[in-house]
Amino acid sequence: MATKTRPGARIKLNSVSLDAEDYKRIAKKHEPSRSVFSNCARAFLVGGVICTIGQAIQEFFKAVFDMSEREAANPTVAVLIIISIILTSMGVYDKIAQWAGAGSAVPVTGFANSMCSSALESRSEGLVLGVGANMFKLAGSVIVFGVVAAFVIGIIYAIFGIQGGHS
Amino acid sequence: MLIGGQTWEFRSKPAIIGAAAVVGPEEGKGPLAGDFDYVFDNLEINETTWEKAERRLLEHAGSAAIMNAGITKEQLHFFVGGDLMNQIISATFAARTFAAPYLGVFGACSTSMESLAIAAMMVDSGNAGFVLAGTSSHNCTVEKQFRYPTEYGSQKPPTAQYTVTGSGCAVVAAKGSGPRVTHATIGRIQDLGVTDPFNMGAAMAPAAADTIVTHFRDTGRSPEDYDLIVTGDLASVGLPIVKDILKQDGLQMEKTHFKDCGLMIYDREKQPQVFAGGSGCGCSATVTYGHILRQIKAGRLNRVLVVATGALLSPLSYQQGESIPCIAHAVAIEREGLQ
Repeated sequence: MATKTRPGARIKLNSVSLDAEDYKRIAKKHEPSRSVFSNCARAFLVGGVICTIGQAIQEFFKAVFDMSEREAANPTVAVLIIISIILTSMGVYDKIAQWAGAGSAVPVTGFANSMCSSALESRSEGLVLGVGANMFKLAGSVIVFGVVAAFVIGIIYAIFGIQGGHS
Repeated sequence: MLIGGQTWEFRSKPAIIGAAAVVGPEEGKGPLAGDFDYVFDNLEINETTWEKAERRLLEHAGSAAIMNAGITKEQLHFFVGGDLMNQIISATFAARTFAAPYLGVFGACSTSMESLAIAAMMVDSGNAGFVLAGTSSHNCTVEKQFRYPTEYGSQKPPTAQYTVTGSGCAVVAAKGSGPRVTHATIGRIQDLGVTDPFNMGAAMAPAAADTIVTHFRDTGRSPEDYDLIVTGDLASVGLPIVKDILKQDGLQMEKTHFKDCGLMIYDREKQPQVFAGGSGCGCSATVTYGHILRQIKAGRLNRVLVVATGALLSPLSYQQGESIPCIAHAVAIEREGLQ
C-alpha cells in the first residue's frame, strides 16, 4: 500500500492513539493479497496470444499479397490497431485488460486502446478541445519517453558505432 | 443545539417526509434492487454525456422525493446538495431545475450526510420549513475525472472500489410524518498518510472510527442504542479496519449491526467487477434513502446511525504525491414516535 509519512499525523480515540506507522501496520493486515505469479502468467499468455495473432496476420500478407517480411510489417500493425480499436469501442478491451494486465497493455494494441479510449471519452467536449487535445493524454508520455530514449541510444550509436551494424 | 464538541442535537426532531433513490443498471442487479424508486436500464441514463446522466439522476431523485413528500416544487425553501464533479456541477445544474434557493456543499462521498445534517439544522432552527437534501454520482463521470477513460484497459487492484451510479434525495420538514433526524456529528479531517487512490477504504477508515467514537462520546449513547450502524463506502477493506480500531478502543460494536453501504448495494460474488465494493456520493445516499428509510418505516429498524465517509482528494493532489485527507459525518435517524 502506498503511503506517505506525515509528521505529527495521529488519530486519538478514547484509549487508542495511532500514528501513521501504527496505522500502516493495521491497514496492511486487512489488504487483500495479490498473486504476482498468476498475474505474470496471465500477462505472458495474453501477450503471447496477441503476438501470435500478429504473426499470423503477417504470414497472411506475405502469402496472399506476396510481400516481403519488411513490407508486411506495417499493414500487420495497422490490422492489430484496428482490431484493438473495434474491441475498445465495443467495451471489451478494458475487460480483457483487467484479466491480462501488462499482457494487453504492452503490445501495440494497448497503445491503440489508450488513444481510442481517450478519444471516445473526450468526444463530448468537441473535436478540437476534446478529441484533438486529449487523444494523446495517456499515449503522449509513451511517445515523449520513446523519442528521448531513441535519442540517447542514437547518440551512443553515433559515438561508439557498432561493428557490422546495419546492412 | 451543540452537545459535546462536534454533535448537533435536533430538539424538534425534523422529519424526513419524503425521500427517493434512483440507480443505474448495475445497482439494479444488486441485493437492494427492490428498495429503489427507479432503476434505469442503461448506464447513459437516456442522456448524451456522462455528466448530463449524473445530473439527470439527481433531478429524477429530487423530483421523486418532492412528490413522495406530498409538496410542490414551489413550497421548497432550500435545496442543499453536492456531488463529486469539479465545481459540483451536477448539484448546481439540478438546482437550476428545482429553482429553489440553493446551497452547494462538498464532502466527496460524505456529501449525503453532510447535506442531510445541514438541512436538519436549518429546519430545527426554524430557518426553513421544507429543505431538499441530495447528492448523486455516476460511475463513468468519476472514472473520467479521477482515474482513466472508461474504456482504457488498466488493471485495477482488489482494493479498488466501484462508484455507484445513483442518486438519493430527502425532503426534511418541520412538520409531517416520517423518520426523524435526531443528531448529527460533524467529522474532523483525518489523514494518516495513505496516498493510494485505489485504496480509499484504508484511507477513510480512520475518519469513520473518529466520528463514531466522537458521536458516542458527545451523545452519551453506546452502540447498542442503535439497531444498525452503517458506514458510507469503506467496502471490504475499510470496514474490517474500522472494526479492528474500534475493538482496540473498547467500543462493543458486536452489540449492534455494523455494516457498510458499499457492501450492501452490490453482491460481490455475482458482481466481481465492483472489486472491494461500492463507493461514491450515491452509495450512502441510495442505501440510506432507498433501503434504510424503508426499513425504518416498516418498523424493522428503530434507530440507525449513518456514517458517510468521504475521501477529499483531487486528481491534481494525488499526482503531486499528496496523501488523501478523509472525513466522515454521522447522522442519527429514528422511527417516528420512538420513545
